[in-house]
Amino acid sequence: MQVTSPAFKQNATRALADVTLQKAMKNVETGFIAKRAKAAEALPEFEALRDAARDLKTHVLKHLDLYLEAYEKKVIASGGHVHWAESAEDARRIVTDICKRLGARTVTKGKSMITEEIALNDHLEKEGLIPVETDLGEYIIQLRGEHPSHIIAPAVHLTKEQVAGDFRRVHTHLDAGRDLTEPVTLLSEARAVLREKFLLADVGITGANFLVAETGTSIIVTNEGNGDLTQTLPKAHVVVASIEKIVPTLEDVDTLLRVLARSATGQEMSVYTTFSTGPRRDGDPDGPGEYHVVLLDNGRSAMLGTEFEEMLRCIRCGACMNHCPVYQQIGGHAYGWVYPGPMGAVLTPTLVGVDKAGHLPNASTLCGRCESVCPMRIPLPKMMRAWRNREWERALNPAALRTGLGLWASVATRPALYRLAARAASLGMRLLGRGGRIARLPFFAAGWTANRDMPAPEGATFMDQWKAKGGRSA
Amino acid sequence: MTSAPRPRVALFVTCLVDLFRPTVGFAAVKLLEDAGCEVVVPAAQTCCGQPAFNSGDRKDATEIAKTVIAAFEGYDFLVAPSGSCAGQIAKHYPELFAEGDPWKARAELLAAKSHELISFLVDVRGVASTGARFAGSVTYHDSCSGLRELGVRAQPRKLLGAVEGLSLTELEDSDVCCGFGGTFSVKYSDLSGAIVDKKATKVEASGATTLLAGDLGCLMNMAGRLSRKGSTIEVRHVAEVLAGMADGPAIGKTGKGR
Amino acid sequence: MNARDAILGKIRRARVVGDDAARRATVTDRLAAHRPGIVPARGEGDAAHRLALFLEMADKVSASTERLASADDVPAAVARYLRSKNLPQAIRRGIDPRLAGLPFDREPQLTVAVGPSDGHDLAGLSHAFAGVAETGTVVLVSGADNPTTLNFLPEHHLVVVRASEIAGNYEAVWARVRAEWGAGEMPRAINWITGPSRSGDIEQTILLGAHGPRSLHLLVVDDG
Repeated sequence: MQVTSPAFKQNATRALADVTLQKAMKNVETGFIAKRAKAAEALPEFEALRDAARDLKTHVLKHLDLYLEAYEKKVIASGGHVHWAESAEDARRIVTDICKRLGARTVTKGKSMITEEIALNDHLEKEGLIPVETDLGEYIIQLRGEHPSHIIAPAVHLTKEQVAGDFRRVHTHLDAGRDLTEPVTLLSEARAVLREKFLLADVGITGANFLVAETGTSIIVTNEGNGDLTQTLPKAHVVVASIEKIVPTLEDVDTLLRVLARSATGQEMSVYTTFSTGPRRDGDPDGPGEYHVVLLDNGRSAMLGTEFEEMLRCIRCGACMNHCPVYQQIGGHAYGWVYPGPMGAVLTPTLVGVDKAGHLPNASTLCGRCESVCPMRIPLPKMMRAWRNREWERALNPAALRTGLGLWASVATRPALYRLAARAASLGMRLLGRGGRIARLPFFAAGWTANRDMPAPEGATFMDQWKAKGGRSA
Repeated sequence: MTSAPRPRVALFVTCLVDLFRPTVGFAAVKLLEDAGCEVVVPAAQTCCGQPAFNSGDRKDATEIAKTVIAAFEGYDFLVAPSGSCAGQIAKHYPELFAEGDPWKARAELLAAKSHELISFLVDVRGVASTGARFAGSVTYHDSCSGLRELGVRAQPRKLLGAVEGLSLTELEDSDVCCGFGGTFSVKYSDLSGAIVDKKATKVEASGATTLLAGDLGCLMNMAGRLSRKGSTIEVRHVAEVLAGMADGPAIGKTGKGR
Repeated sequence: MNARDAILGKIRRARVVGDDAARRATVTDRLAAHRPGIVPARGEGDAAHRLALFLEMADKVSASTERLASADDVPAAVARYLRSKNLPQAIRRGIDPRLAGLPFDREPQLTVAVGPSDGHDLAGLSHAFAGVAETGTVVLVSGADNPTTLNFLPEHHLVVVRASEIAGNYEAVWARVRAEWGAGEMPRAINWITGPSRSGDIEQTILLGAHGPRSLHLLVVDDG
């Protein structure tokens, strides 16, 4: 997927002016936030579970190689295949080779952010295959040629009118005069259209919410059941999962499951939590004949031992973006790549480079609301600041900012000089301000006064007044 | 829990209060003295260094931190009328120095005795009421750093509840960011403007005639948007009301035109 | 060097400091011990409590429930359900002996097909491996007894759950799975199902019957 993160500011400005998007984004606030709060409150053990989840993942990352080896052994023992992919390109090739070997044509897909990350669909299409997204939200955006704008609610940026328009445009085999005003009519139509695809598919590709080392099991969590139809009906089930998805035991998975749905949608448990271990067994009347797991690195191993390692705890629940004041204002596409919101701001620079994605960790007030709701207690603001540190060290910031801050710092370490500068600034701004307000600030600060007044200083500085009063200074 | 009978409190006035609204500094002094503290304002103070720290400029943030540590470490407490400055000193100063660096221990010692003003009054000095009077309806915004780094939430509400004549209405989404974020407000001004507009709408919907908070950056941001929208809501620092010093012009309303 | 070695090598370079034997022992131990973590208290209690909680939680997620005095009442309950939904008297099931042995002859009008679904069934009947009171979940295991396709293709899914097999929490189910399949072993698929299929993908409006069954009806047999 093309990276448009360098154009973040323009993307964001456009998003702010997009009336339809702004209308759709209101649903994020009213829906997800209240529901998560209610679910968290309803479970007395919730906070303790968050701590346990963090500790469990921390433990896994310390022993990641060993759990991966144990997992691989069990998958093979159950009749499955494990493929290792260092890069996105390797993963795409592995998946395509499996499909071609089986003479596949239609490929159904469960909702999978990792397959977005590796741009799998484009590649499959180039190779003559027909990938069909089956998650309702993913299906809708596939029709629009778009990418998901949220990691669990891919079409959250759309209104039902937009969806109806797309269905009319694409489902030309249906009666043009049919009523598509209500979401339920759209759902019924999608169900019927996709049911045909499920039954037609040669290969089913899913991601994995978790991989269990103890048993060689992959887990998918859905509400629709599309992931299950994707992985059960075709000749082969291909699981694409990044290496940090590994969890030691079934009991460990329970800990993560208990915080996942509550943090994501406020449900106690998602409708379908499916544990798959290998292909069809003797006596199985249904199930895939082949079972493949593609273990993808794509930059994860490089995060270990760095200040970004904690990002590998992420279980992709979306709580951070639901609660982020920036994300709520602009939606996910403005971030310019696969992962939006706070987790995207930290992860994207590791995967595409901070030179391209630098805006993302900068476009934050570091308010900390994301961290306060993250089920894995990931210190997202700290890592955004770590990216800012790296940018500063590499002088990737605008010269004006570096000069300005450098000047500020040299004055701030010299109290006597600072006093003079403050006095001068106070006077200067008082002259600028009429009625106690400055209507237009100069230079880089003009952005403030584009939509706000700037209060003017109210007389001599505190320090000067204090000194004049003879206040104690030692 | 009350600390020593007459502790020596060094007031960290903050660069914004110093430059833009000294009244807040004087209100802080009064509140601290009324709470039985001896207040000193070290002359060698400038800025806590947060703008540099949040911009990724660790080197300058560290140099500024050293200036602050040296100026303040000799007192019983450092108190600032700002959650973000107090948070910078209490939570982030130790991070700036490596293990083994003598400055780290000094930073940790200072961090342990650094507090945001209102939480200091309530949690450390045991103040339950400041004896102030304020006739009016008030709503309160929880500044992010104070709330999430320092746990400042109940304390201002407790003291406001004890102000005679004051009626406090809870602000919807009081704990959601106002969009200031320091340099964020100028670097991403469109975004910041949209977020503060949302906040301003909620403030207006509260029906209160006065907006309070504990951080001047947030207050200037919200006051700036409210006044641009033509609102008559008055914006003040919570210390002004608690110190009974809320009769002067509100933020952004000094000067001749109102 | 192949990709596997390259990836594991990168991980080890970032992780291994000193004694690797200790690390290996830690992993081996954790996998073998499969210790439970924090288990919510809500599922704790006697069978009556678990049953009551299960019914309450199932109701919350829009599953319908019906209590039966005996398993022999299942065929009548199935016929009744189909009638109430204006569906034809036809149901499909797997070869599970707990279903096969039921008195379906008491409902001669009811056509019972046996085997995996090909998508043309309006209603399916399964026997759960377990119920979970914690979240009102039913646990279904793959195989000829209860084919996986029956859980997803039919519009209506009826599931028989024995009250005695309603566990308080997830951990109790894993203990039974290990007992039956062996430590570290699993059937091909285990579906933990909590309510009928749903989606919120259009303007966050929750709708039932996305791709899986529109309706999940739980027949809880009081065999306690």
